[in-house]
Amino acid sequence: MDFAPHTARDVETMLATIGVSSVDDLFNVIPAALRVDGLTIPNGHAEAEVLREMAALAALNKSADDLVCFMGAGAYDHHVPSMVWAVLSRGELATSYTPYQPELSQGVLQTLFEYQTMICELTGLDISNAGLYDGGSGLAEAVNLAVGATKRSRVVVAGAVNPLYAGVLATQGAGLSLDIQATGWGSDGRARDVDAEGAAAVVVQQPNLFGVLEDIPKLAEIAHAAGARLIVHQDLTALGVLEAPGALGADVVVSEGQPFGNHLNFGGPYAGVIACRTADVRRLPGRLVGETVDRNGKRAFVLTLQAREQHIRREKATSNICTNQTLNTLAVAVALAWFGPQGLRELGEQCIARAHYTRDRLVEHAGAEALFQETPIFKEFAVRLPADPAAVCEYATSEGFLAGVPLSRLMPNADLDDALLVAVTEKRSREEIDAFVHVIARACKEVA
Amino acid sequence: MLNTDDEKLVFELSRPGRRAFSMPTLDVPAAPKEAIPKQLSRKKPPMLPEVAERDLVRHYTRLSQRNYGIDLGFYPLGSCSMKYNPKLAEDVAAMPGFRRLHPLQPESQIQGALRLLVELEQALCAVTGMEAVTFQPAAGAHGELTGLLIMRAFHEHNNDQRKRVIIPDSAHGTNPASVRLAGYEVSEVASDRRGLVDLDALEKLIGPDVAGLMITNPNTLGLFEENIERIAKMIHSVGGLLYYDGANLNAIVGRCRPGDMGFDIVHMNLHKTFATPHGGGGPGAGPLSVSARLAPFLPSPRPAFDASSGRYVWAEGDGRSIGRVHSFHGNFGILARASSYVRALGADGLRHVSDYAVLNANYLSAKLTDAYELAFPDSQPMHEFVLTARKQKARGARAMDVAKRIIDYGFHPPTVYFPLVVDEAMMVEPTETESIETLDAFSDAMHTVDREIDENPHALHEAPLTAPVSRPDEARAARDLRARWHPNHHADAHQASLQGPEDKPSI
Repeated sequence: MDFAPHTARDVETMLATIGVSSVDDLFNVIPAALRVDGLTIPNGHAEAEVLREMAALAALNKSADDLVCFMGAGAYDHHVPSMVWAVLSRGELATSYTPYQPELSQGVLQTLFEYQTMICELTGLDISNAGLYDGGSGLAEAVNLAVGATKRSRVVVAGAVNPLYAGVLATQGAGLSLDIQATGWGSDGRARDVDAEGAAAVVVQQPNLFGVLEDIPKLAEIAHAAGARLIVHQDLTALGVLEAPGALGADVVVSEGQPFGNHLNFGGPYAGVIACRTADVRRLPGRLVGETVDRNGKRAFVLTLQAREQHIRREKATSNICTNQTLNTLAVAVALAWFGPQGLRELGEQCIARAHYTRDRLVEHAGAEALFQETPIFKEFAVRLPADPAAVCEYATSEGFLAGVPLSRLMPNADLDDALLVAVTEKRSREEIDAFVHVIARACKEVA
Repeated sequence: MLNTDDEKLVFELSRPGRRAFSMPTLDVPAAPKEAIPKQLSRKKPPMLPEVAERDLVRHYTRLSQRNYGIDLGFYPLGSCSMKYNPKLAEDVAAMPGFRRLHPLQPESQIQGALRLLVELEQALCAVTGMEAVTFQPAAGAHGELTGLLIMRAFHEHNNDQRKRVIIPDSAHGTNPASVRLAGYEVSEVASDRRGLVDLDALEKLIGPDVAGLMITNPNTLGLFEENIERIAKMIHSVGGLLYYDGANLNAIVGRCRPGDMGFDIVHMNLHKTFATPHGGGGPGAGPLSVSARLAPFLPSPRPAFDASSGRYVWAEGDGRSIGRVHSFHGNFGILARASSYVRALGADGLRHVSDYAVLNANYLSAKLTDAYELAFPDSQPMHEFVLTARKQKARGARAMDVAKRIIDYGFHPPTVYFPLVVDEAMMVEPTETESIETLDAFSDAMHTVDREIDENPHALHEAPLTAPVSRPDEARAARDLRARWHPNHHADAHQASLQGPEDKPSI
């Protein structure tokens, strides 16, 4: 099947208008030696056949619908309100292009403007852009901003920043020859020995990979004393209960927007979030929506400060980003509007309560030892298990649980071979948690 | 066509105490207050809207009605490939077995997802003539940067320090921006009279410090670079690599392959050639395919089939990988859509993509050129063509005026002021999914607008007259930056000053 509407008669009419005798003639410009006749893949199938084939592939997977999800490390099983994709699936939004023609794009532009406002409110910073790819590349963009602003190339990664994010930073940093140094963490799980001397930026994750809360004010002090930007990779779901990072000294906040309105999607599409202070606005990467008026004085929204962007500034642009993740960014906005201030607060309180309950139970009933127990956590935590975490997870799968992420998978050489990272969202009921703890306890005995 | 009634901001709909959310009953003990240190506790709640769910659904539904999408009508944005996005792909992406997968699940639980990726890799290699794919890049520009970092890693692996990447002056802005982010300098090669790479100019730029050349083929003027084999030889002769920007791959699918042209690195925009929806500016997907000698440098891990175990696995590579460029595996939801599209169309259907894309562009070009000049009349366009509104400008209407007036006839305008090398450029890409009736109607509207330049110039200068807003004051937006709402903000009611020529490229 294909989606071209051409009848044989249409083709004839069109060829006559062009003045050629066949469609092949239109490809004569391709040198003969380069021409191929078709593709070496199977021919097409009917819609019903494709849906059947894809459903069969989907059935080979076990999803978070089949298994109760305690897995996090950057992707979380929060509730996605039903209305989010009900409205975002509308073709006027989903099948539109980047809003370069504002007269035809007020829907996307206004929603992005609302999104930017919400991100400013959450982060306590002045300006949010209209979205990036994801939390990892967002971090690399934030570092580029700091490098440009300070004309320095040293970057300090403070404490346990998710290696998946730090990995993207390292890959992209190679292009700009950045000198990236990681500080490691102390016995409390927090960043230690942070030396910001000569650094463009200090990068910290809040909560960090282990789920513990970093001392942001202290890191801000260290960074600012050395003239470096403090970049905080912040979990937005915590910002109903945690102070806005901007109010604690963060200069740039980046985030993974997935937890608001975006499904797990096997890792993407998600939504990269970035916000900064007014002083850095001209170094901000990506799209930015501004409010203005039209010729009749009516409120209108447009893409603005485009002189930062690749289509105007080319090699001098602040970033190369063009197509980003707009629809996922809109999902963040719609979900945040659904939660509202009270919902955001309750979301945070539930995460904290359920995470603490789960950790306490695991320690009490499963022989687990809490890592960094004295340091505050939000919705994720690490425990040492009396058995191999990967084997425990495998056992738990057969009992219907996605038990978490063995930390050695993310940090192979950090003496974390017996550690499991567990995430507990507002969706995990006491019944699920109790059953989970029971299964982990049994697994530790069975696989030990 | 669109809703012209103003829609308040969601914050202006807010009423204290109203709510949309619901939260599970807290069935575990609440955490003690001191669970969060006082210093880190939120002092003042963020100003989020307080609205009912019904308010939200109406709000976004109304906003959607103030937005134009392919599902509403013709969207001939040059270089953007705004073709119909099949709905079956949406059903596939929403299957819980895909949509509800966590990216870090062990291989045993994701056999279907890995198989989907491995089979999509095979299809993309068949289309491009390359050997191996990474799915991590989230968009075309992300693919560019990834490809250039691979180029850099390859040269460094060979202890070969190189400085420059050559790109045509007609290139998309992401090309030079990506080159710089990869740590290279940009060398621009001029286009010749026919809109193709000027071989003499290229010859002068070639040298041992050239890391590679980045080019789109058909190029950004919609023209096939017929000397591509020679260009490849020139670049390869100094040890450089050839990068194919897949923005225009939809013109040649099933007709020829970048690999046969001599390309080493190819990115694809699945949201163009493979019909996944643009989403108002993403999500897209920019998978990158490379020749065998560059495969070890691809981001890792990569999906693979392990014949010995008969299982699909994540393969880590041998340590030469540049590392990851995405937090996880790329935009899987988009890859699942593209995979559905490839299965639905197959070899026969994909051939129609290029056939009818090129047929439509040439037909529309033939219909329009009595009123509008082709920028490169000596070259036959492929899937898109570039007009210049020079003649219209002389009569008092700029490309932007024509574009804005077309809105009043129910169409999205073509791309204007891109490529930069064409004066008063209007770039038209009809795509293969449009019918002859649509193309005729668009042609009629373009001719009407052309006549209006003389008969009713006011309509062009004031256009659009029927859209949700008239032309916004863009200079004011930049000068008096308002990038967020404040409770005491009110849009000024006074007449905005008319702005000078708006000649920014719009892609």
